[in-house]
Amino acid sequence: MNWFFQFPEMGRSELREFKKSIDFAFRDFSRTYGENIENFFEPLLMFLVWFEKLFINTPWPIIIAGILLLAWLGSRSISILIGTLISFLLIGYFGMWEDTMSTLAIILVATILCISIGIPTGIAMARSDRVQIIVLPILDVMQTIPSFVYLIPVVMLLGIGKVPGLIAVCIYAIPPVVRLTNLGIRLVDKAVLEAADSFGANYWQKLFGVQMPLALPTIFAGINQTIMMALAMVVIASMIGVKGLGLPVLRAVSNQYLALGLMNGLAIVVLAIIFDRVTQKFGLRMQKYRKEIKD
Amino acid sequence: MNKKEILIKINQLYKIFGKDTSHALELVKNGMSKDELLEKSNCVLGLNNINLNINKGQIQVIMGLSGSGKSTLIRHLNRLIEPTSGEILFNNTNILDLSIKELTQFRQNNMSMVFQKFALFPHKTILQNVGYGLAIQGISKDVWAEKSVKWINRVGLDGYESYFPGQLSGGMQQRVGLARALATDAEILLMDEAFSALDPLIRSEMQNILLDLQNELHKTIIFITHDLDEALKIGDRIAILRDGSMIQDSGPQNIIMNPEDDYVSDFIKDINRARVIQAKSIMSPTNTKSSGPVISDKMVLEDILQIMSDAPSKPVTVKNEAGKVIGKIAMPNLIEGMKRPKSQGTNITG
Repeated sequence: MNWFFQFPEMGRSELREFKKSIDFAFRDFSRTYGENIENFFEPLLMFLVWFEKLFINTPWPIIIAGILLLAWLGSRSISILIGTLISFLLIGYFGMWEDTMSTLAIILVATILCISIGIPTGIAMARSDRVQIIVLPILDVMQTIPSFVYLIPVVMLLGIGKVPGLIAVCIYAIPPVVRLTNLGIRLVDKAVLEAADSFGANYWQKLFGVQMPLALPTIFAGINQTIMMALAMVVIASMIGVKGLGLPVLRAVSNQYLALGLMNGLAIVVLAIIFDRVTQKFGLRMQKYRKEIKD
Repeated sequence: MNKKEILIKINQLYKIFGKDTSHALELVKNGMSKDELLEKSNCVLGLNNINLNINKGQIQVIMGLSGSGKSTLIRHLNRLIEPTSGEILFNNTNILDLSIKELTQFRQNNMSMVFQKFALFPHKTILQNVGYGLAIQGISKDVWAEKSVKWINRVGLDGYESYFPGQLSGGMQQRVGLARALATDAEILLMDEAFSALDPLIRSEMQNILLDLQNELHKTIIFITHDLDEALKIGDRIAILRDGSMIQDSGPQNIIMNPEDDYVSDFIKDINRARVIQAKSIMSPTNTKSSGPVISDKMVLEDILQIMSDAPSKPVTVKNEAGKVIGKIAMPNLIEGMKRPKSQGTNITG
């Protein structure tokens, strides 16, 4: 009856061998293909570096003017505009300008990457139940697996640097935009699609003329969440060599610098709030036609 | 009405929802009923051996209670639903044989549809909604916008071009739905309970708009409804469905005067007979003039009664559209017409 009280587990040495074989296999894999994979991501690195340099080298008044313009175009709200201006002036005044620009660059690149992969994936999921069945569990894993766990293979493959950081951010941030694109398209009124069908619309005409426009507010909620999650990953990404606001936070944690941690942490929060408010207002404005429904 | 050219011919159409439909089809062809089929093979019988000829330029009404398969049937005509077996001939082409590309062409050019819940595109303006059918054919904006404006005006929505559907009332939205369907100039119009979601006053108004348009355009209209008054008002022919089977297909007057079975009798028992039965259905045929006033063969019982009450003993003369005497009506004819036809057995309820 021993097996009843003691779980019949694998032998210790066998388990060690098992783990070892996986480790060695992956190490061999990364030694053989590491360089190729690194080359594959080279354009991404250049893109990211270019953005970062652009943000850092452009004089700060121009950057602030540009950000204010985007905020205005997105939200059309004076109070958001004033809040944004004050926040960025304070960030600069407290000496966090350069780190903020680095963070902004990686968030921007990560968001572009997530959207350009996430929206087509979401569309494919909405089109085919089989794709949905395959992709959904992958998204679940991406969202729930502790980020440190997938940092290990990424670092083993690509070493420490910007690109692995970017990949880590994307793995964490891409699920919302995929999920909500899928959901948004699937939620489009069947009757409206039937009408499009009855007039002889083909798949692409339905997708771009009916489904995407009607799903846009939902998709936008996904993009908003993706940006928020990317910002949340900034600190963890800085552990593997991404510059930006996360790095001082990490230093503050290991050295118990309260003020440093607080300031940089708050800067991340401020960025998050600005992004969130602007994109949310933009999302709302896109569904204006829904607002005016009477009775 | 005289020249009847068949435009659409539905032959032995079956639709079974569920798995293993070919086996279920065998069972149905061997006479299994809807309930039995559901119990034995877990398949739902949608349509059971439908045969129907639809005449060009007429309004063919398809009636039935909910679940009778009428919405399923109309969706077979443009293949929004694929049948299990059977054929639908349009100008001698079987619609069911069309390739995807041909089907798209066919939907764009030959048939358009009006929906019960309007199904307008909420993110498009009224102008864009009405022009949709043309826009997806790749027609330039100038052309479709012009046509679109024309139809918007025709249904009485002048000035609403830049509104969104959500800003209009139900009745106005369905006018947009009608304009959208008419804008493609398709010769067949499918109307799936198009007016059922509207309140009675608006519904009657929409029926009149439709009849007006029909006088001018002579489209072939397939009109689904569960409302007998509506069917009698607009239908040139009425087909009655029950549990996926066709019970009766005839002219409106014939449905009231000679119901095929208890189900149909039950259907018509609540209508106001005085208001729908026409002179030609109750007259005694003759070609000699009678002593009373002359009336048209389309005059309804209620109005005839009004005329005859002045001189009850004098039978009225019935003339057809050409002005020829075709019959006479005396009091006993009127009374006979008011009487409900006898049911063959006990009345079915529900």
